[in-house]
Amino acid sequence: MKGLVLPLALLAVAELCARTLGIASDTLAAPSQILAACWDVIADGTLPLRAGQTILAALGGLALGGGLGLVLAIMLGLSTPLRRLLRFPIETLRPIPSIATLPIMLMVYGFGYRMEIAIVSFACFWPVLIIGQAAISGIEPRLLEVSRVLGLDFFARVTKVVLPAALPRLFIAFRQAAAVSLIVAVTAEIAMNPQGLGYELMAAQSSLRPATMFAMLVYIGLIGWSLNALLLLVQKHLFGFAAGSQVSP
Amino acid sequence: MTRLERLGWTAASILVGLSFLALWQYVAWRGLVSPVFLPGPDKAWAALADGFRSGVLTQRTLATLQRMFIGWVLASIGGVALGMLIGASPTARAYLGPTLEFIRPLPSSALIPIAIAFFGLSKSMVLGVVAFGSVWPMLLATIHGFAATEPRLLEVARILGLSRLQVIFRICLPNAMPDILAAMRLGLTVALILSVVGEILAFQGGLGSHILEASRAFRSPQLFAGVILLGAIGLVSNLILTVIEGRILRWRQP
Repeated sequence: MKGLVLPLALLAVAELCARTLGIASDTLAAPSQILAACWDVIADGTLPLRAGQTILAALGGLALGGGLGLVLAIMLGLSTPLRRLLRFPIETLRPIPSIATLPIMLMVYGFGYRMEIAIVSFACFWPVLIIGQAAISGIEPRLLEVSRVLGLDFFARVTKVVLPAALPRLFIAFRQAAAVSLIVAVTAEIAMNPQGLGYELMAAQSSLRPATMFAMLVYIGLIGWSLNALLLLVQKHLFGFAAGSQVSP
Repeated sequence: MTRLERLGWTAASILVGLSFLALWQYVAWRGLVSPVFLPGPDKAWAALADGFRSGVLTQRTLATLQRMFIGWVLASIGGVALGMLIGASPTARAYLGPTLEFIRPLPSSALIPIAIAFFGLSKSMVLGVVAFGSVWPMLLATIHGFAATEPRLLEVARILGLSRLQVIFRICLPNAMPDILAAMRLGLTVALILSVVGEILAFQGGLGSHILEASRAFRSPQLFAGVILLGAIGLVSNLILTVIEGRILRWRQP
């Protein structure tokens, strides 16, 4: 309850200022105007279209980058020599800011989904790889011994022993990558790609529609926040305390 | 693992990295991928050397570094100071915490359009975005670190009759230090990303403008040179901070 006081008070002050001082601004809008714009973008179909584009690109990149990251994480997590050998290449490639790959992807794919998905997957690859590898190499060694005694082949060992054992922490990796995917998708749209929520945000700004601009910002925040809340809920439901208790590598 | 073994694995790992580089060179040399998209490492290296010889790349790298560093320092000071103010008071935490948590998942880059609306496409806009956008990790980590102070330590402080300021600087701040330092490392990464995005959008010099320019002109060696430099900046700055972090937090090791 107390948490609501400040934002509500700020909104009230902003509304009051806009009403009494009658600001007609190219950069600011009254909260009531923003609220109206929030409804307008739903009514005229802008929001479903743009949000769909952003979410599709984010999910596509998450699936591709996260999937590749998971495969490599399993290999590195199960093989100590491989992990040691690849440390240097991984540590040199990881610090490249994902957004720096944007001009490369632009050159290769042009504007559109493919370019955005490529950038998002580059960004999602690393958290899944790093956290996943730590999760898998931290599996109780006896589980692996048992699977060897049982004569399971590699595929069965991964699907029946490794993945279930590491699942709580893999989910944490996935949750982080999901947050990253949305941020990177919106950033790519703001910087360059003419689609999605980020593009609409920029377009509203450059055509001096501050109410729409803030409405887009509200929706971007809302989507990011609900995605995170949803994944937290799923995590709690599926793993309970298990996810928290295995955090230390 | 002995020291020698560790050294051996590191050397082997660097060799693996070099063999990837050789593979890249081979792919480029055989023309397996169009050279328009993928220049060989030799070409990228030549573009890098060229850029530094003519001074263009030096100047742009310095512009990005400066922007990133100043923005990050401002964000660190502001974030930690504000975080201390909020974190030291349970009342402020109760009132401000939920708002901050709501703003947290917003992409920092979403600030850019708003900043453009207020400040136009200027150098100060980019710096403002960098400082403002990278403040979150430090701010939230400080608040979190203060909130997580062991209650018994606070009781001891009360018995010892420490003043409020003494409690903050002798107990709460050292307690929050690991969180703050980790957040500063994250904040530096955010600052680098925001500098690049800001430079791409506002075209205010720097490596962001450099890579955009190169990709528009399909000059891939220059583009790769820029990306390699950005990766190097990320790598080196992260390494430096990790070393500093280890030094400062040495007291925690048993």
